[in-house]
Amino acid sequence: MTTAFMRGRTRPIAGAIALLGASALLLTGCGGGGGAAETGTTEPDKLTYLKNAENTNIEPVLDELAGDQCADANEALPLEVSSIPQADLDGQIQLLASQDALPVMFAAAGTPAEGAKLWKAGKLVDFEKELEELGVLDMIEPAAISTIENLYGGAFDFLPFQFNIEGIFYNKAMFAEQGIEEPQTWDELVAAAEKFKAAGVTPFTASGEQGWPITRLISSYLFRSLGPDALQKVADGEAKLTDPEYVEAAQAVADLGEKGYFGENIASLDIDSSYNEMLTGNAAMMYMGTWFLQNANDPEKNKVGVENIGFMPFPAVEGGEGSIDQYPANVGLPQTFGAATYTPKVGDWLKCITENYGQVALEQSGSISGFKAKEPVEGLPTLTQDVQERIAGSETSVLWFEALFNAKAGQDSSKNAALLVTGQITPEDFMSLLQTDLDQG
Amino acid sequence: MKSVLGDRKAIAILLGPALLVYTLFMLVPVVWSFGYTFVRGNALEGFRFAGLANFTRLFSDPDVIEAFGFTLKYAVLMTVGQVVLGYGLALLYTFVLRRSSAIIRTLVFFPVVVPTVAIAILYQKLFQSAPRDGLVNELLVNVGLSGVDWLGSGDTAFLVIVIMDVWRSMGFYGVLIFAGLLDIPEDIIESARIDGARQWSLFRHIVLPLSLPILFSSIIFSINGTIKVFDSVFALTGGGPGNDTTPLTLYMYRTAFAFSDYGYGSTIALLLTIMCLVVTLFIFRSSRRDVTA
Repeated sequence: MTTAFMRGRTRPIAGAIALLGASALLLTGCGGGGGAAETGTTEPDKLTYLKNAENTNIEPVLDELAGDQCADANEALPLEVSSIPQADLDGQIQLLASQDALPVMFAAAGTPAEGAKLWKAGKLVDFEKELEELGVLDMIEPAAISTIENLYGGAFDFLPFQFNIEGIFYNKAMFAEQGIEEPQTWDELVAAAEKFKAAGVTPFTASGEQGWPITRLISSYLFRSLGPDALQKVADGEAKLTDPEYVEAAQAVADLGEKGYFGENIASLDIDSSYNEMLTGNAAMMYMGTWFLQNANDPEKNKVGVENIGFMPFPAVEGGEGSIDQYPANVGLPQTFGAATYTPKVGDWLKCITENYGQVALEQSGSISGFKAKEPVEGLPTLTQDVQERIAGSETSVLWFEALFNAKAGQDSSKNAALLVTGQITPEDFMSLLQTDLDQG
Repeated sequence: MKSVLGDRKAIAILLGPALLVYTLFMLVPVVWSFGYTFVRGNALEGFRFAGLANFTRLFSDPDVIEAFGFTLKYAVLMTVGQVVLGYGLALLYTFVLRRSSAIIRTLVFFPVVVPTVAIAILYQKLFQSAPRDGLVNELLVNVGLSGVDWLGSGDTAFLVIVIMDVWRSMGFYGVLIFAGLLDIPEDIIESARIDGARQWSLFRHIVLPLSLPILFSSIIFSINGTIKVFDSVFALTGGGPGNDTTPLTLYMYRTAFAFSDYGYGSTIALLLTIMCLVVTLFIFRSSRRDVTA
């Protein structure tokens, strides 16, 4: 029966099968290939919007706008939202961009360097010009614009649907119960964690599955110990992540894991579950950006009560050069509009979003964006007010761990963070892995 | 028939279309991709000539070595698992269940037609450890053991991938080998029985030698399939934790499309191509001797 192909005709068939298998693989490696030149604008028939699945803040606000303030724009160009996981976003956007098939509106630049590439390739709308023309440029917070310009290629090429600072959210009731004050230094933070652990409370929750909530602790430590330019120096090649003072930060965070402060099975915990741990009173502290306000302000999700959630800056490192009031600031994973599909109808949407987003986002969920609210919103939760004041009072801001990394270093950082706090990779190896990625360019 | 195959025009008409499609969709991209191995950059930023830089990087890249090791480990374990369990199933169908095997065959084959992503999600839930335990950990805890963070460490995540993929594909190999076993003439088995061959000796001296050809085909299928593993790993672990379960295919994909380095991605693809070629040649070479003799 099958022996026939095993004798005389072996070679050609072997070759054919090998080539078939091989070329199937190679096929995946050769998509795209087009140039970066723009070929004018095309009129879309929908406001297609591709977002990162992890972002749950924007869609409800846009839905409300589509049904109310932006109903006319929505009639001309109905909103259609789709989403993909954040980890696959940069690759997907790049593929779409190289095929001139970008959606009208999309999330991009999980790695800021990727956002800058899109801008340089002429794929993004110049919001400074377009918003000026639409007469709504003054509806954007200048601080948000400068954050965007600093991160994404020197232009106002993304929109600040969020404007966040980051710090540690904590459970006030648990702190009171244990008689713990807001920690001002790293040592106090560790001491507080020890006290919680002794009392049977999980001190920190963080999503190991995402990884970045852990690496944020490393960068925050670095900004406190070495000053706000700690990671800029690495980007400029003046310092290396493998330098002892940098490894010290990774070691400090790894120690938290070793002492069991993150609770069990942190490596598999996803972001929603980590929010849930915080909001159901299973953990005392969580490092997070202020986009978390939307969840904290939602009584459905927040079982410990919004009055019981506090926000504090990352503590100082004793003898360090950084200061406690330097908050990491960002515009979240940013969203933008494609230049190739930017037509007057899309402009109507853009204008309407710019005018109304800030107001509706604040009213709907107490979340803070880089769009100004038209009028003061009454009755905001104290937590939101507190964060607003901190944003207003903050003079120097810092970035996050991966902000100046290339895509590979960014991904390796997030993917290995959980291994760091579970002792599966040493702080030296972790930092050296990332430094190698950075050296590859 | 001989006169048709002796006619050049007939051969051209018969082979031409397939060859054209094959060339356009297989050979051209292969050559194209090979061309990319000498450049750096991507479709968005443009390409620049890089000489042999991608190749020197390939040989010193620890991630490639790790992914290569994972791919080999996975291919070997999976091939053994798939073929041995598939063979076991086929023997069960042929000699134990006989004519009533249809329902079992269908049930065991079922995972083959379920989308990989659905199966991966199922296994994620089965082996979940956070925020609360999945079924497997529940069972462990109930018998007095402690739960394991299955997908949180490289070794256990690898184990889950192998269990999932063997479960998913053994039905296919069962049916494949079953078809081969059906080809063994009943009278040979009968006469062996009359000669006194019982279970083990019947299997050892009659069934196994006569089923070697189909076993070889299964092994080739299996190795060539598993060496290119992508979807199940991507959906179950995403290559993590860290890069512990990243096969070469996933590393190639990430390098090209997530890290925007088409040139180096194509170089990794070339390595995969050579791997497939070597494995295929090796298997065919060793199968050239007549195994039924």
